[in-house]
Amino acid sequence: MSAHAPADGYYVPHGSYWPIIGSIALFLIAIGFANYLHDLANAQYIALLGVALLLVMIVGWFGSVIHESTHGFYNTQVDKSFRWGMGWFIFSEVMFFAAFFGALFYVRTFSVPWLGGAGDEVSTQAMLWPYFDAVWPLVYPPSDAHTLSQTAFDIPKATVPAWGLPALNTAILLSSGVTITWSHWGLLDKNRLQFIAGLFATVALGILFLSIQAYEYGHAIHELNLTLNSGVYGSLFYMLTGFHGLHVTLGALILTVVFFRALFGHFSEHQHFAFEAAAWYWHFVDVVWLGLFIFVYWL
Amino acid sequence: MSHATTASHDDLHAAPPRGLSRWLFTTNHKDIGTLYLLFSLLMFLVGGTMALVVRAELFQPGLQFVDPLFFNQMTTMHALIMIFGAVMPAFTGLANWLIPMMIGAPDMALPRMNNWSFWILPFAFTLLLSTLFMEGGAPAGGWTMYAPLSVQGPPSIDFLILAIHMMGISSIMGAINVIATILNLRAPGVTLMKMPLFVWTWLITAYLLIAVMPVLAGVVTMTLTDRHFGTSFFDAAGGGDPILFQHIFWFFGHPEVYILILPAFGIISQIIPTFARKPLFGYSSMVYATASIAFLSFIVWAHHMFTVGMPVAGQLFFMYSTMLIAVPTGVKVFNWVATMWRGAMTFETPMLFAIAFVFLFTIGGFSGLMLAIAPADYQYHDTYFVVAHFHYVLVPGAVFSIMAAAYFWLPKWTGHQYNETLGKIHFWLSAISVNITFFPQHFLGLAGMPRRIPDYSLQFAGFNEISSVGAFLFGLSQLLFVYIVIKTIRGGEPATAQVWEGARGLEWTVPSPAPYHTFATAPDNKAMSAAGMLPAAEAGH
Repeated sequence: MSAHAPADGYYVPHGSYWPIIGSIALFLIAIGFANYLHDLANAQYIALLGVALLLVMIVGWFGSVIHESTHGFYNTQVDKSFRWGMGWFIFSEVMFFAAFFGALFYVRTFSVPWLGGAGDEVSTQAMLWPYFDAVWPLVYPPSDAHTLSQTAFDIPKATVPAWGLPALNTAILLSSGVTITWSHWGLLDKNRLQFIAGLFATVALGILFLSIQAYEYGHAIHELNLTLNSGVYGSLFYMLTGFHGLHVTLGALILTVVFFRALFGHFSEHQHFAFEAAAWYWHFVDVVWLGLFIFVYWL
Repeated sequence: MSHATTASHDDLHAAPPRGLSRWLFTTNHKDIGTLYLLFSLLMFLVGGTMALVVRAELFQPGLQFVDPLFFNQMTTMHALIMIFGAVMPAFTGLANWLIPMMIGAPDMALPRMNNWSFWILPFAFTLLLSTLFMEGGAPAGGWTMYAPLSVQGPPSIDFLILAIHMMGISSIMGAINVIATILNLRAPGVTLMKMPLFVWTWLITAYLLIAVMPVLAGVVTMTLTDRHFGTSFFDAAGGGDPILFQHIFWFFGHPEVYILILPAFGIISQIIPTFARKPLFGYSSMVYATASIAFLSFIVWAHHMFTVGMPVAGQLFFMYSTMLIAVPTGVKVFNWVATMWRGAMTFETPMLFAIAFVFLFTIGGFSGLMLAIAPADYQYHDTYFVVAHFHYVLVPGAVFSIMAAAYFWLPKWTGHQYNETLGKIHFWLSAISVNITFFPQHFLGLAGMPRRIPDYSLQFAGFNEISSVGAFLFGLSQLLFVYIVIKTIRGGEPATAQVWEGARGLEWTVPSPAPYHTFATAPDNKAMSAAGMLPAAEAGH
């Protein structure tokens, strides 16, 4: 079966070897990573090989999709399928973050107050860690409270305040949401300069955000002694901001690819779903960051 | 019609490529559906063998065949393989085969991603099954992977976590594909409220999958970081809580239960009207009931946790919200019975399985209501009563629906009629043995026999013996199913396009076996009218 391009019929793509390569890549990543965790010599290289193969797969697979798209194989129905696909993918990402936000709310509302003896849990505190102070952000994990000799956890000197770099990062990410929209307007108005400049600014702001985040991590780990091992505050702080940072990295990569495709003139004011998908994704990481800023850093 | 469309029409009638590459690189929904179904059958046999190891050990009190650690590995792996390897891929396989044909589409909306969704699974299960041969053994803490056991467990837990990530990626992509197909590729005239109920139930199932598989991914990721990277999500010493694992897990786990049964509801809603020769009673109420069940599934999760310690207000909320599910489920059972009421019924194998489903699933539903009552659950929790309950909804529930579907659509898939006598023998053997296996487990549980333990007190011996005999009979009966399926694929009486006298729907308007590509152009009025999707007046084009 070969690819075909009906203007008013259905489009069914031809077979492809990229999916099976992707499966092998995921398999190598999983095997390599799991064995690496158990100190099998050189297992990390298996995982890295998997990552490399996955990258080759992504380039190859998207490459053929871009080729088919620029050669006019796709009709509006295919476009719509892509839109549904991207929309529901973003919803699945939202639910992934929901699990970690759920953990955050549970810890703040239930487990930490209960360990501190709230409600009916007086005996919980009395039996387990009677000196534990249930405060948030949690600097002294229950088992380390008032027992300075015990160091099962990294006790941070302080937590990262909201109204410093995080607030600046909020401004940067929100501005990048504005620049991507400005870029989109440029594309719709056939203003190529505005389109490309807006994209460039968005990617630049994304990289700036990531750099500041990396600096903040360095500061938090080395100067504040706030690590993944600082009890549940450190766990939630790094897992939430870390996964968000990974998603910003992915979003910035997607936007970079879109930027170069824009330079090659792949998009028209009528047909530019790759751009829109990247923009949707970018707005999604924006919104997640707002949740992080409010619930992890601020309140 | 433009030239391009004609060309595509010809292309779409091309024969499938030959050899292994057909299956590895395919974008064809029927090929991918077949792969899913065969994979599911294989996993059903592997997971079933593990169940038989469990039942062999439980035939008598004391330890006869396996040591307790291996026993625990078997219960854990049996559940993981049956849920993620057998039932879910079987439904996805059916979705692949049927949804495009039922809505008059040429294929799934995202065919290459469809291929990837399937081909992740063999790798994920290779990873999972490989843990059986590892130092420390396979995961043995139960499929629910509760902390702190899973945090302290052997290296195989990490392999399990990564295998679950792969299965999750597969399920999410499969579900996205189903939604995009249903919302975007329906033929003109196939409006939402004319879609066959199987399509509706899958639309809602796909939504559930996308909503909760990422939550499972999140919670096992927390387990992984607690194990290796110093986080304290599930460690009270660091301010976390092992119960937090259960909350997040069951926020996934309860909708998962409906992921395992909603497509079954869809299948039964296709089969009963066919053999009752009447349209489905209360079509729109079926749609709304399905949606209500899906909504409720998000707000009942803590009924799995009544005994862990929870504020009374929480217990009451989760008790009543759980009982509320009986209402839309009752609507469904009522509608199936009302469809049969005064129908011109015949009892071919698919119909037998469907009727057994209605009876036996309902028994599982009733025991679920008993478990929903929080104070009563203190007694039932973690006993064989729970095991009996969920096996009633999953074996004569989900698995019977899959078998009903296999018999119902095999003639459409292969072009051959299966052997009706053998099919009926398979049905009666299955229906009788499944009850011998699981009904006594209610009594064992009510008398206090705990689940997941290889030994038991002497007074439980009688019912355990009966249950084990039933399990082996059920297991052996499924070999007959495998034989029937293979025999039907290889040959048999040719099937007509409609196959069943009472069958309505677009898939019955195409020849049997269904051509490699169907509906390269949207179905015409004749097909739409034969499918019952057009009023008779409009049919005579």
